[in-house]
Amino acid sequence: MKLLVCISKTPDTTSKIAFTEGNTKFDENGVQWIINPYDEWYALVRAIEMKEQDPSVTIHLVTVGEADAEPIIRKALALGGDEAIRINIQSNDSFVVASQIAAIAKEGAYDLILTGKETIDYNSACIGSMLAGLLDMPFVSLANHMVLNGNTASVKREIEGGEETCEVALPAIVSCQKGMAEQRIPNMRGIMAARTKPLKVVEPIVVQATTSIKTYDLPPAKSGVKLVAADNVDELVRLLKEEAKAF
Amino acid sequence: MVLIYIDQADQQIKKSSLEAISYGAALAKQLGVTAEGILLGTVTDDLASLGKYGLQKLHHVGDASLNHFDAKVFTQVLTDAAKATNASVLVFAHNLNGKAIAPAVAVKLHAGIVTGANSLPDTSNGFTVTKTVFSGKAFAEINIDTPIKVISINQNCFGVHMHEGATSVEALSIAIPAASIKVTATHKVDGEIPLTEANIVVSGGRGLKGPENWGIIEDLAKVLGAATACSRPVSDSDWRPHHEHVGQTGVQVAPNLYIAVGISGAIQHLAGVNRSKTIVVINKDPEAPFFKAADYGIVGDAFEVLPALTAAIQKSKA
Ligand SMILES: Cc1cc2nc3c(=O)[nH]c(=O)nc-3n(C[C@H](O)[C@H](O)[C@H](O)COP(=O)(O)OP(=O)(O)OC[C@H]3O[C@@H](n4cnc5c(N)ncnc54)[C@H](O)[C@@H]3O)c2cc1C
Repeated sequence: MKLLVCISKTPDTTSKIAFTEGNTKFDENGVQWIINPYDEWYALVRAIEMKEQDPSVTIHLVTVGEADAEPIIRKALALGGDEAIRINIQSNDSFVVASQIAAIAKEGAYDLILTGKETIDYNSACIGSMLAGLLDMPFVSLANHMVLNGNTASVKREIEGGEETCEVALPAIVSCQKGMAEQRIPNMRGIMAARTKPLKVVEPIVVQATTSIKTYDLPPAKSGVKLVAADNVDELVRLLKEEAKAF
Repeated sequence: MVLIYIDQADQQIKKSSLEAISYGAALAKQLGVTAEGILLGTVTDDLASLGKYGLQKLHHVGDASLNHFDAKVFTQVLTDAAKATNASVLVFAHNLNGKAIAPAVAVKLHAGIVTGANSLPDTSNGFTVTKTVFSGKAFAEINIDTPIKVISINQNCFGVHMHEGATSVEALSIAIPAASIKVTATHKVDGEIPLTEANIVVSGGRGLKGPENWGIIEDLAKVLGAATACSRPVSDSDWRPHHEHVGQTGVQVAPNLYIAVGISGAIQHLAGVNRSKTIVVINKDPEAPFFKAADYGIVGDAFEVLPALTAAIQKSKA
């Protein structure tokens, strides 16, 4: 069983979001980088759990990014996984990113490809679905539980107002969210082992971007909170009804 | 032509799709083309009446085998339908199914895609779509550079708009590929309003002290017809189910009204809720950061304020 886990580098959740160059570039000054939480906490940890249950499982990690993505992929290797591939290109276009991963996936003949449900920077939720389109594979999105059963996976996915369980024949792609696994902290042994695990750098394939970012903006600040006294809830109800027209 | 994907569950058209129709109709008008829809499977709704949301024509692949969502099958059928109908722009709701298939359809059509759009694109010079990025902390204006374009719109950002008119319904025949998944169980929480579809959300944090105290949240939600949500530590401690966890690493919501009770307003929590139209914060600490992101606030003890608020709303509705 061969697993491919897609790992993305994102700014820490507490990072101050700012832009430079006339609001056309994300300001990386002082930003701490982390593994995208959905990739780490859910996709990667679930893959590691599967390997713990069945040592014949191999886990490859893939990231699309330049050399500055290496600390992130090493950290992922410290959590678990056998080897990593970095595709040497930085792009904000989901299609370019997905095409790079698809090329690796085709070569590696993976049984299962895992992604996080989205990244916390561009929030596009595109990569898993695009891989499914590019590779013509079954895709189960927003999964919160998964067990392998021979050549099929039984996966629970979120639906409006509940969840459904489905069976999917491998190879397949699954995007992971909360419930799938519990967050882990890398231990010293893992960190040491990660230093010598193979990290292969491959050059990107040539694909044309389909989108381009023109500018960024910060949301307008709230004009200020209107406080209502705790013993005057009727006034809050009036404001919500008449001013905010909230119900 | 603008082709709008109309999503259904249990043979009913989803509210988020009515919003997608309204958006697609406004976009079609802006571009001077027709607004057409694509529906897969059979539904109990009156299809001709979709005209009241601005839909001019509906292409219907009315095969009952499509009543169950299957990302691979739906991707193929929608791709073929978009080609057969010559769609130049495809519109999806950025809901659970939209997230699963819109990007796949885009790659099959060699189309650029922006997911989670907040408003109509600027088509005065290119095709520029505004979307939220950095989990609600910023916006990006993104140009789609391909001839065919795909947009999925954030729920509750455009609204459902009413028009005059009826929709002409045309059967569309598309070969349906073999199923790629088999649904073995469906579990729905009875009587619960799905969080992402809710107009009003009442959310509780660690300030409520324990799961046994959730009655006051549920009572308030009930009088408002609201969905219930919670902060991350609350679901991590299993006080509430995981699907109620909102925030940067949980569900992102954008209801008309978000009421936060006993939640401090950490940056990761705000990231999932700051697109709500109106935010009310009830917290006993006047220094709680959430007040800075709120429209209305009460500094007070939730255990006293909530029952009084629930009673006041009940009274105002009577
Ligand atoms: C990578 C990362 C991702 C995260 N993602 C999320 C996320 O998606 N969603 C999320 O919510 N959090 C997330 N967090 C956690 C976040 O940082 C906060 O820890 C969390 O939101 C705090 O939850 P809380 O407000 O319920 O609890 P607390 O911060 O403990 O706040 C409790 C509040 O209740 C108030 N209170 C106490 N008693 C009463 C009373 N009787 N009446 C009224 N008010 C009262 C207190 O004044 C306080 O403000 C994340 C953290 C990290 C590091």
